[in-house]
Amino acid sequence: MTDATSTPGSATPRAHKATSLLTVDERTRRRNASEGRFKTYGIVAIAIALFFLVVLVVAILRSGLPAFTATVADVEITITQEEFDAAEGELFKTKAYEQLFIGKLQRQLSENGMQVEFDAAAIERIMGKVGGDIREFYRANPAQLGEPVSFQLSASSRVDGYFKGRVTREALQDSRFLQLSDLDLVDALEEAGIIRQSFNWTFIQGADSGVDNPGGAGIGASVVGSFFMMLVVLFLSLPIGVAASIYLEEFAPQNRWTDMIEVNISNLAAVPSIVFGILGLAVFIQFMHLPQSAPLVGGLVLTLMTLPTIIISTRASLKAVPPSIRDAALGVGASKMQAVFHHVLPLAMPGILTGTIIGLAQALGETAPLLLIGMVGFVARGYPDGIVSGFVDPNSAMPAQIYTWAARADAAFYEKAWGGIIILLLFLMTMNFIAIVLRRRFERRW
Amino acid sequence: MYDAPASEQKVNQQTTKISARKVQVYYGDTHAIKDVDVDIEDRTVTAFIGPSGCGKSTFLRCLNRMNDTIDVARIEGDILLDGEDIYDKKVDPVQLRAKVGMVFQKPNPFPKSIYDNIAYGPRIHGLAKNKADLDEIVEKSLRRGAIWNEVKDRLHAPGTGLSGGQQQRLCIARAIATEPEVLLMDEPCSALDPIATGQVEELIDELRESYSVVIVTHSMQQAARVSQKTAFFHLGNLVEYGETGQIFTNPVDPRTESYITGRIG
Repeated sequence: MTDATSTPGSATPRAHKATSLLTVDERTRRRNASEGRFKTYGIVAIAIALFFLVVLVVAILRSGLPAFTATVADVEITITQEEFDAAEGELFKTKAYEQLFIGKLQRQLSENGMQVEFDAAAIERIMGKVGGDIREFYRANPAQLGEPVSFQLSASSRVDGYFKGRVTREALQDSRFLQLSDLDLVDALEEAGIIRQSFNWTFIQGADSGVDNPGGAGIGASVVGSFFMMLVVLFLSLPIGVAASIYLEEFAPQNRWTDMIEVNISNLAAVPSIVFGILGLAVFIQFMHLPQSAPLVGGLVLTLMTLPTIIISTRASLKAVPPSIRDAALGVGASKMQAVFHHVLPLAMPGILTGTIIGLAQALGETAPLLLIGMVGFVARGYPDGIVSGFVDPNSAMPAQIYTWAARADAAFYEKAWGGIIILLLFLMTMNFIAIVLRRRFERRW
Repeated sequence: MYDAPASEQKVNQQTTKISARKVQVYYGDTHAIKDVDVDIEDRTVTAFIGPSGCGKSTFLRCLNRMNDTIDVARIEGDILLDGEDIYDKKVDPVQLRAKVGMVFQKPNPFPKSIYDNIAYGPRIHGLAKNKADLDEIVEKSLRRGAIWNEVKDRLHAPGTGLSGGQQQRLCIARAIATEPEVLLMDEPCSALDPIATGQVEELIDELRESYSVVIVTHSMQQAARVSQKTAFFHLGNLVEYGETGQIFTNPVDPRTESYITGRIG
């Protein structure tokens, strides 16, 4: 009931000081100053964040880009049928091929007017054991005998390091891996156009190599491992996560049980990933006897880890759909399920997709749980033979491969680790880009 | 205060469509509706008026069981639609809501095309055998919703792109597309300007030909303009129910009189 009479006695008019709008009073000035200060803090914070981002990107590119180039020696030689027969007649056959190779290389250099002395050991230190490669080639392709054949031999990791500045003349100590005199030969070979830097396809396409062969190491096999793992994660966590969130958000009664489930899902999102790893080891491998080091098991573990993220983001986007849409659907006689699937879910789709891709990206970068179930880098020795073996054969994943490389002694592997990070970041950026595109496409106004 | 008193217009039939007996609604511990008895007639516009929070919307939402979606709401008493208890265990609320359509306070078209907005109800209830059937239903509903001429050239434009008044008429057209018998309207004009309100009110008057319309309104002028019967709710009680003309000119209860003359509310 409206009662409009004023309370008697409280009608003393307040005395107003004569103030001008043109002069800023003390209070306003202080308020403006604090607003200004706060803005400055914000700008400083953003500047610091940007600075570190730039430092990070520069560091990654500086250390990682060399992994994409390799030092190779292009040598064109011709071996005749007689030379082949003679070499096959020797006791140490690869040695004989090596001698042949050295003779021909020496002749090529002197034709270019260069006089460098070198022995077989130096060639082995620079290019590895070339005799075996050459013999293998001619035994496989006898028709090429008598024709000029161009061999591309990869230089040893120290020579590669010399080209990339990792190994310097000043710091070099003679060892069985490389001697100072070898660098003269390398310089001569470079001048003759025989040794050069080229794009390292092996790094993109190859599999992991042994600890003593950083030049042959590639991330390709573990990219495939990651791919199969992500398939498992996507096809398990998206339907399970979305179904769970729809039930919890739209159908479940609000009681102590659902409250508890809700709290626990939020808690699960904060559980360290290594805990999921050891759970996977105990449940999937030791109890269920699924194959070790398999992307299938890795995918299952990462699914467990991704589910809370997907459920939380899906519930948030379902909650963000205005209730008037549900009322409208129910009002024309849609069942609850029809209301959810025809109207609420399509509106929540952009949020669900974004959450899913963020969850997948998180899973893609996860290392610790993979190490526990045996998906360490050195098991990625080759590509799987087919779809099924892609899921169950031992393989690694990108971050685990990177971790393995970073832990190896040879400095050349360190460079591979940075290179692997560049590849991993490229995949993450692609996924984020897809998320943005999907978001744009599904976004609808209401 | 009110122009053409609708109560003086001929009421076509006097059959009872919905009858409520001793209806109680509890929201948790709050007793929101107390002992409401009301008979809503067919082919009549019935207005529910009363101050905010008096329970008129709550009672309206009982009539098509929209309160089922609220976990803490509890309903007691009987509500009969054509003599059948709508709260019977055997009743599927989905079927009930196809018979008792609803229009909400805020226009809430689906974020789909105008065509799909109307076609959605008939589609899920299987009212159209083929595309031509559906086209016909859509056109008929839009015509009855008095919005056909404005949207016939852009049926596939999004329904959310219309103006507020057009959206509300679209929602009314959507509600009648499923051929309901009763149309519930929860303050359908509260978000509209006077011109759009006028259009919707005209529409409501036309709908009276074929439906029983129940409208909740805050505007007493509106109740007087469109309704034949008026129910006055206060603090969860149905204070007075009768012919609109009688309620507004000669109320029996002093509380009704105070509300109508502006002394409470």
